Amino acid sequence: MTTKAVERPSAQLSQETLLEMFWMMLLARRTDERAWVLHRQGKIAFHASGIGHEGAQVGAAFAINRGIDYVYPYYRDLALSISLGVTPLDYLMSTFGKKGEYSSGGKQMPCHYSVKASNIVSGSSVVATQVPQAAGTAFAIKYRQETGLVDRTDDTQPRLALTCLGEGSTSQGEWHEGMNWAGVHQLPFICLVQNNLYAISVPVDQQMAVPNVADRASAYGMKGVMVDGNDMLAVYDVMKAAVERAYNGDGPTLVEAKTYRTVPHSSDDDDRSYRSREEVEEWKLKDPITRFQQYLTDEGILTPDALDDYQRRAKAEVDAATQAAEAAPWPDIEELYTGVYAPLEEA
Amino acid sequence: MATNVTNMTLIDAVRAAMDEEMERDPRVFITGEDVGVRGGVFRATQGLIEKHGEKRVVDSPLAEASIIAIGIGAALADLRPICEIQFADFIHPAFNQIVNEAAKMYYRSNGAWSVPMVIRAPYGGGIGGGLYHSQSIEAFFAHVPGLKVVVPSTPYDAKGLLKSAVRDPNPVLYLEPKKGYRAIKGDVPDGDYTVPIGPARVAREGRDVSVFAYGMMAYYAVQAADALAESDDINAEVIDLRTLLPVDKAAILNSVKKTGKALVVYEDNLTMGYGAEVAAIIADEGFEYLDGPVKRLGGPDVPAMPYSHPLESAFMPTPETIAAAIRDVVAY
Repeated sequence: MTTKAVERPSAQLSQETLLEMFWMMLLARRTDERAWVLHRQGKIAFHASGIGHEGAQVGAAFAINRGIDYVYPYYRDLALSISLGVTPLDYLMSTFGKKGEYSSGGKQMPCHYSVKASNIVSGSSVVATQVPQAAGTAFAIKYRQETGLVDRTDDTQPRLALTCLGEGSTSQGEWHEGMNWAGVHQLPFICLVQNNLYAISVPVDQQMAVPNVADRASAYGMKGVMVDGNDMLAVYDVMKAAVERAYNGDGPTLVEAKTYRTVPHSSDDDDRSYRSREEVEEWKLKDPITRFQQYLTDEGILTPDALDDYQRRAKAEVDAATQAAEAAPWPDIEELYTGVYAPLEEA
Repeated sequence: MATNVTNMTLIDAVRAAMDEEMERDPRVFITGEDVGVRGGVFRATQGLIEKHGEKRVVDSPLAEASIIAIGIGAALADLRPICEIQFADFIHPAFNQIVNEAAKMYYRSNGAWSVPMVIRAPYGGGIGGGLYHSQSIEAFFAHVPGLKVVVPSTPYDAKGLLKSAVRDPNPVLYLEPKKGYRAIKGDVPDGDYTVPIGPARVAREGRDVSVFAYGMMAYYAVQAADALAESDDINAEVIDLRTLLPVDKAAILNSVKKTGKALVVYEDNLTMGYGAEVAAIIADEGFEYLDGPVKRLGGPDVPAMPYSHPLESAFMPTPETIAAAIRDVVAY
């Protein structure tokens, strides 16, 4: 099927926005690579990588009302989070667990993205737990609209909840429970499954008996769509349609972005035990950043000089962030005991 | 302040608290299995859908983990959910959402995200409920910092504590002694008042022995103490713990300081039950007040309470078995 460019929402994006999207992908990639280096240097304990997923994540981020709509990310969502305002310094501070790091003050492992001011909701490490929670937030959005607490068209207010996870996590019962709520109540909810073919080492055919996660959408009475996750603008297009559906009160969407992580699952994984080097190399040729960069170059939007400038700026920003994060102080030991209970509000 | 009081059952007080909180705050909503037109299998939410509408009293799909998770997600978006788990025995599928998610959210976000939600669950035995409609589950959850765990034993406390739970910025597990739903009656003020989460209550003053209990066991312990005052001239003090987490250490220690003897009663399995912590607090910080060993009276260490009536009766502490245990402690 061919789609006329004019019908695609991405055709409406300005050159400035397209370049901003490219910058987010690049900045996320450089930050991710730096975390690997810091781990190999023995300076940080952990990093879970999103390398290869940047197309799916940046396309999704730019389709929502960034900083206002609720987002429940998963551990691979560095590029998504950077698109929502997390900085390389924020992320690298969290990899060290330094005092006051943005997500948890050093309590969580890195890649557990959380920014209250941007409605990025803190997640745990047990996969798919965020899906029914995101449905609960979508329920709250609809509740506020239908009980007259907010106007549905007010774009200063959150109007949908987006959650992300990998295809392996869709085996969890709580994925089903969350999808079911979203379907029963036709909630303003989007579930973005980033299908990278492996749950750590377990291939997708040992995870489920149908070829596509999106095939399951019909069981929840919701729309299911598949998209090439390495085609950033294609992801933006299907996400934009899902966003419009949510905003218009037309219900939830399951989006399956087919992608691939070209690195091991985390700093502590070795993917040579479960997939061939040939397969990985083949996917590297489909890299979402290279692909979008080619598109921008072909369209004359990105010149070689501008590309050099972006590369230099990304390296400089990540270098500076690394230095600042390394130099930052550790949490005070008293912080072990803080944040257990929220204080009662004064009457 | 002069207010009218109404004599009502414990479950009526639970319902009154929800009704008034829904009137007070449009963010309060209820979800759970059969909470809508059926009014809950115990009728705790009877009449609320008619009064507050189906958008605010929402029948959930039959999936407990999602009932809690929906509550968490709604609370994070600044609603005030009251989530009903139909029987406490069914809370286990939601254990991860309560323990790993609701309870840890504030800590794991360094105080940025809080989860102001109430989880209501009828618990405990004595109603012919067998293994899976009789359980006492408090010990699992009282072990979890970040949660609050509350168990009323009077209608007055039921209403006042539930209102406090709805207004608390933290997740509160509110356990209702189901055998006492209609058996326990008392005077309840009309209109608004709260009972703070945290402090225990002296349910009956005494000087000879301290009996620590909560829920149905607190109700029975008062009956046992009253009977012993008549029959044995034993004057037992009964402390209704009311809030299990955070625990009111001062109330426990003050009572033991006064009486020198302690009995803890709970209907959960004896080993590793909540009473073990009460006993440990007394041993650790009240040793010098003691005039005898701290004793516990609890259920037997079998998987759960059986269905068959004589087996069920043999599991549950009663006013008579509590009285016997008090006698033993006093006689030491």
